[in-house]
Amino acid sequence: MKLSETFNNGLIKENPIFVQLVGMCSTLAVTTSAKNGLAMGLAVTGVLVGSNLVISLIRNVIPDKIRIPSFIVVIATFVTMIEMFMKAYAPALYSALGLFIPLIVVNCIIFARAESFASKNKPIPAIVDGLGMGLGYTVALIILASIRELLGAGTLFEHQIMGAGYQPVLIAIMPPGAFIILGILIGIFNKVRMNNEEKKAAQEEKATVEA
Amino acid sequence: MSLFTILISTIFVNNYVFARFLGICPFLGVSKKTDTAFGMGVAVTFVITLSSIITYFIQKGILDTLKLGYLQTIVFILVIATLVQFVEMVMKKTSPTLYNALGVYLPLITTNCVVLGVAILNIQEEYTLIQTIVNSIGASIGFTLALVLMAGVREQLDLADVPEALDGFPIALIASGLMSIAFLGFNGLV
Repeated sequence: MKLSETFNNGLIKENPIFVQLVGMCSTLAVTTSAKNGLAMGLAVTGVLVGSNLVISLIRNVIPDKIRIPSFIVVIATFVTMIEMFMKAYAPALYSALGLFIPLIVVNCIIFARAESFASKNKPIPAIVDGLGMGLGYTVALIILASIRELLGAGTLFEHQIMGAGYQPVLIAIMPPGAFIILGILIGIFNKVRMNNEEKKAAQEEKATVEA
Repeated sequence: MSLFTILISTIFVNNYVFARFLGICPFLGVSKKTDTAFGMGVAVTFVITLSSIITYFIQKGILDTLKLGYLQTIVFILVIATLVQFVEMVMKKTSPTLYNALGVYLPLITTNCVVLGVAILNIQEEYTLIQTIVNSIGASIGFTLALVLMAGVREQLDLADVPEALDGFPIALIASGLMSIAFLGFNGLV
């Protein structure tokens, strides 16, 4: 597979949130504001690129039977590094994301990429895969977080967007809003995909008829 | 905080699934049938309680005395992964019936963020050993409650006429949202 294909695969075709539906806990929890969503997305991307690279480098050394504990140690090391980095340089963000930074360890996206991609591919494609998946996750998080912040607080990246008379829809930034808005977003994504597939099928049919 | 307050708060007010978003993956993955949901709940209760007690002693006994607090994440996840394997092996030898009932769910628990989340929260909140145990039991009961309730709703959803694009996962998320609103009603109880 070409590198650009690998990258696009993570960003759109196999988007971790909208298509693969993994890593839901942090997605729902941190998307109360666009800024938190962006920070969490970048933290996960960082861990993903790092762990994919290292796992790909040591893929021929790890015996098959103990690969899962080995992956966990590699991933946990990168999570600890990101955690210490954020604690030192962005303490406000660190306390806003709180528990969900150490919980990146058990985020299914990272483990799934290690198991299904990094352990079978060379380092360069593994890095690109990590970047694609990480950015796909970040984009999905920003979309969800922006909608929640706009509806729930009338702001976007902490800039006032809605007029002064806007009554915030509080439920959007409370826990139920996360579930409902994500459900609707995935529904819209499915609908768009179905329409595209129908269009493609219709075009192919037309082409065969003409031929 | 009294023990009873902790128990009620973790089961209803700060339910780990609906208010803190921990354990969403198994919550959406295993909540299709009521009896499997209950099996998963029991397995999780067992692992959470045991792992919280062990991580409590590791934190107080080893990490704090040697000032190795930054190794918390790595150590805890390894303890949980080992514990899950160990429980699986012990159960297979001593009680095959229980193993057959829970066996499928056990490996899944390693990647369940409730387990790691509760272990870390117990340390962050500076709970004593008794409080840790009560908090873990409350968290597991809350998780099981959410899972079983959701399974009941989803069994009915199978019969409903849902738009094609929303079928399956999206409608389950929306249903959890509505259930989460119901749980908001417990706010102010503690």
